[in-house]
Amino acid sequence: MTENGRIVRVSGPVVTAEGISARMYDLVLAGNDGLMGEVIKIVGDNSVIQVYEDTSNVRPGEPVKKPWATSSVELGPGLLGQIYDGIQRPLPKLMEKMGDFIKRGVSEPGLSHTKKYHFIPSVKKGVKVSNGDTLGYVQETKYHRHYILANVDGKELSGLNEGDYTIDDPVGSYSDGMPVLMYHKWPVRTPRPYRKKMAPYEPLVTGQRIFDTFFPVAKGGTAAIPGPFGSGKTVSQHQLAKWSDSDIVVYVGCGERGNEMTEVLTEFPELQDPKTGSPLMDRTVLIANTSNMPVAAREASVYTGITFAEYFRDMGYNVSLMADSTSRWAEAMREISSRLEEMPGEEGFPAYLSARLSTFYERAGVVQTMSNKEASVTVIGAVSPPGGDFSEPVTQNTLRIVKVFWALDAKLAQRRHFPSVNWLTSYTLYTDITNEWFNKNVSPRWSESRQHFMTLLQKEAELQEIVQLVGSDALPPDEQLTLEIARMIREILLQQNAFHEVDSYCSIQRQMMLNEAIIEFENYAKEAVAKEIAVESIASMKARDLLSKARFEKNFEEELKKAMEYAKNEFASMGVKV
Amino acid sequence: MIDSALEYKTITKVVGPLIFVEKTHAVGYNEIVSLRLEDGTIKRGQVMDSSNKAVVVQVFEGTAGINRNASVKFLGDTMHLPVSGDILGRIFSGSGEPIDGGMNIIPEDKLDINGSAINPYARDSPNEFIQTGISTIDGMNTLVRGQKLPIFSSSGLPHNDIALQIARQAQVKESSGGQFAVVFAAMGITNEEAQYFMRDFERTGALKRAVIYLNLASDPAIERLITPRLALTAAEYLAFTMDLHVLVILTDITNYAEALREIGAAREEVPGRRGYPGYMYTDFAMLYERAGRIKGKKGSITQFPILTMPGDDKTHPIPDLSGYITEGQILVSRDLHRKGIYPPINVLPSLSRLMNQGIGKGKTREDHKAISDQLYAAYAEGIDLRGLVAIVGKEALSERDRLFLDFADLFEEKFVQQGRNENRDIETTLSIGWDLVSTLPETSLTRIDRKYIEKYHPKYAKKE
Ligand SMILES: Nc1ncnc2c1ncn2[C@@H]1O[C@H](COP(=O)(O)OP(=O)(O)OP(=O)(O)O)[C@@H](O)[C@H]1O
Ligand SMILES: [Mg+2]
Repeated sequence: MTENGRIVRVSGPVVTAEGISARMYDLVLAGNDGLMGEVIKIVGDNSVIQVYEDTSNVRPGEPVKKPWATSSVELGPGLLGQIYDGIQRPLPKLMEKMGDFIKRGVSEPGLSHTKKYHFIPSVKKGVKVSNGDTLGYVQETKYHRHYILANVDGKELSGLNEGDYTIDDPVGSYSDGMPVLMYHKWPVRTPRPYRKKMAPYEPLVTGQRIFDTFFPVAKGGTAAIPGPFGSGKTVSQHQLAKWSDSDIVVYVGCGERGNEMTEVLTEFPELQDPKTGSPLMDRTVLIANTSNMPVAAREASVYTGITFAEYFRDMGYNVSLMADSTSRWAEAMREISSRLEEMPGEEGFPAYLSARLSTFYERAGVVQTMSNKEASVTVIGAVSPPGGDFSEPVTQNTLRIVKVFWALDAKLAQRRHFPSVNWLTSYTLYTDITNEWFNKNVSPRWSESRQHFMTLLQKEAELQEIVQLVGSDALPPDEQLTLEIARMIREILLQQNAFHEVDSYCSIQRQMMLNEAIIEFENYAKEAVAKEIAVESIASMKARDLLSKARFEKNFEEELKKAMEYAKNEFASMGVKV
Repeated sequence: MIDSALEYKTITKVVGPLIFVEKTHAVGYNEIVSLRLEDGTIKRGQVMDSSNKAVVVQVFEGTAGINRNASVKFLGDTMHLPVSGDILGRIFSGSGEPIDGGMNIIPEDKLDINGSAINPYARDSPNEFIQTGISTIDGMNTLVRGQKLPIFSSSGLPHNDIALQIARQAQVKESSGGQFAVVFAAMGITNEEAQYFMRDFERTGALKRAVIYLNLASDPAIERLITPRLALTAAEYLAFTMDLHVLVILTDITNYAEALREIGAAREEVPGRRGYPGYMYTDFAMLYERAGRIKGKKGSITQFPILTMPGDDKTHPIPDLSGYITEGQILVSRDLHRKGIYPPINVLPSLSRLMNQGIGKGKTREDHKAISDQLYAAYAEGIDLRGLVAIVGKEALSERDRLFLDFADLFEEKFVQQGRNENRDIETTLSIGWDLVSTLPETSLTRIDRKYIEKYHPKYAKKE
């Protein structure tokens, strides 16, 4: 059923129509070309629509059609490995249809309706199922079962049949005759239901020392990465997408560069999922609404992404969502809000900025799913503050919500200290649970060593202030040693080269070995200093050099052992008991 | 379109560069408008808002001389640029009229100047090394085909010379081949600056391979909003229809941004930081993202936008938002310029984010990354020491520190400094780098693998 209205005003991506009795967030087709849009405001007889495509040449008087649906995405087999724009149009299909450039007026379903999948039922006839219950699965990739979830309010199944189906073929039916399909639609702005939310209890292991050892995020937690341009937000997000021990990764490139998406597209199929060994692309869904693509679709892209994440969560998976960058999302809101002539809040952002950000991050969490599985969505958002100034509204509002703050620092980035996470200003509120987990699963000394390093780094910062004034020679030897050990921590632990074939990923076991090695080295060094050995000669030890290079070696364990043997010999020759 | 015959004399309001017209037929968003003033002058504009009640038009040539008697004609379509292979070697105004005395272009095609986004799936990754002949760029901030790498400069610095030198010297290694073309868009630069560019293009014969769009300081500010769009449309045609490797120089983005701000103010929009429109990021992206490569296409678009940072401030919205979109930046430094060093490029805050894709074995040389990292680290250390020397004096430095201090000077004199016409190939650049690091103790070359030291360090290389 459709209903016809007319356009009365076009102002960039915002189009006003009269004569449609729309509801909020209804999907509409605007203009002669049927441009896709969504109702975002209703004033008297007028519906205000944000249009997801370029509105050039659209004029008052053109028709507006309302296909009676809320703007929603298709959830079902075929999502994994796909790349979409902000409104779930598959980019490869768009390329097939309209060439290398994105033209408008082409709609394309999010899932293939012709591809056949082999469906295996897991529920018997006569069982009553509801929203989110598992009906069966499709083996979508070698390692990923795509569970088929019910989208009905308590219906009895009259049978499900194994077989090869397209997503439009019924795989069975309910007792009232309603067909069972392998996909359903979901309005992106509505969070998917779960039975209950639980407290996060284990870390998201990332293989990045600065994150795992120093500022861990929990599975089901929230983290923000703010930083000025060029400080390493995207590289960090890519690292998390590549190496974190998530089952599924949803990566949203929201208002960022086209070339960065190409990079993901060329790299991920070549890389191995650290968990399963299968191509990384198999566990990834990409959403690419680059900076030059329509802002209204950019606004939607984050919702599209989080809906995908929740959907995979509902199958029982641990999902991570990376959004790069939430600032561009906020800017899209601002642009649309200003076209709506709404009362601007701080720096022109709409008054509801804070509410939107918190509803988004609230969709993260560990839950008991409707089908009683335990699963999680972790959300990690990049923030791009203008001028790198963290006091601006998007950073500030985000910090009020998220539990982990990875503050990127322009000064560190310029010194090529990567990841340029500032260890003094960053924080995590998950240490209680992550310490416990790491102590239990990696080493009982994990949390102790972490705390030791944090204290040393803090001490270093205090000493640096003195050094600035009087030079390091003025410090007593034990404090000089503190500076030297802190330097080792910065060089060996905090820095990690994302582009180095070995160092790019450092398992938590390796992280712990490095931690222990540094602590051992420090203990010998303390004794050496007590025996009046100059700190300078400790700093120039061969072992010091070997220790810092071990992390680049494929046979890391051996090299580290070698370095420590060397250290023992060198320290022994200084008269230290080893 | 039939409607385009209609002329309206229903202007109700003129504000800054905008006019408001009422009682029109249904006019399209972004449609092009032609205005006839009482004295017969013709101006052009573009629809920014269209409703049943009123149409808002931004006038490219500015609203000077417009009154309510001016008549308005809507041309029924967005702005299109006539293109053909014959645009090479031609000079156009900032709104696309030939100003070199030549004929109008007989179009092969007419392209919407706003372009459309390249489907991210259709992009190919930029990974071919472009040799600019400038050591600070080739050696340490390597440019690749399809990259957008802006020059962050400040008024009074020789960014134009750098841009010209790049335009003259840019080439790729023989194997990858392909013909270069240059598209040059001037926005609000002075006549003198423009002449400087034109003379150089003529002197070196580069003009034959160039397309030039000139909006000068004396030309209307609003026209600056379309000049880069014309240039990029031409570039897309040359790259993706004619298979050329196009280098686009856009100067000065700062003047472009001022025009944006003017429009925003006239529309009484809520301004963003420092009065620039909140959508400036998106607007910039619409230009910068038109760089790149496309799978299966031979040509490419590489962008060199030049911008002058107001108050030498890198956090000013113009450099800041640019930095958030481009793939690195080349920083031109007043300090180096004062010292008489050309090109005064400060490598420390400069960065080419795509460098790693374009260097190494088979592209430049296997030791490229290592030597570049080492030069960077050593120079950074030398600069730190300069700061220290200012406080504690040179005497307080250790032997090792003194070598690093001297290294910083040598680096500026030998590596950074080069002639305006000196075209160094990558081998030369790298070997200057090795000569410089050989002044440092070998044990302090921690960024370089032993195997490269043994192969390229002058101490060993000479023995062979
Ligand atoms: N972990 C890392 N290892 C090595 N290099 C890094 C690392 N992180 C960042 N870099 C370097 O910093 C550059 C910029 O990083 P990135 O693109 O992630 O910045 P960004 O914060 O996303 O910037 P923007 O806001 O402009 O998108 C990279 O191109 C790379 O050279
Ligand atoms: Mg980024």
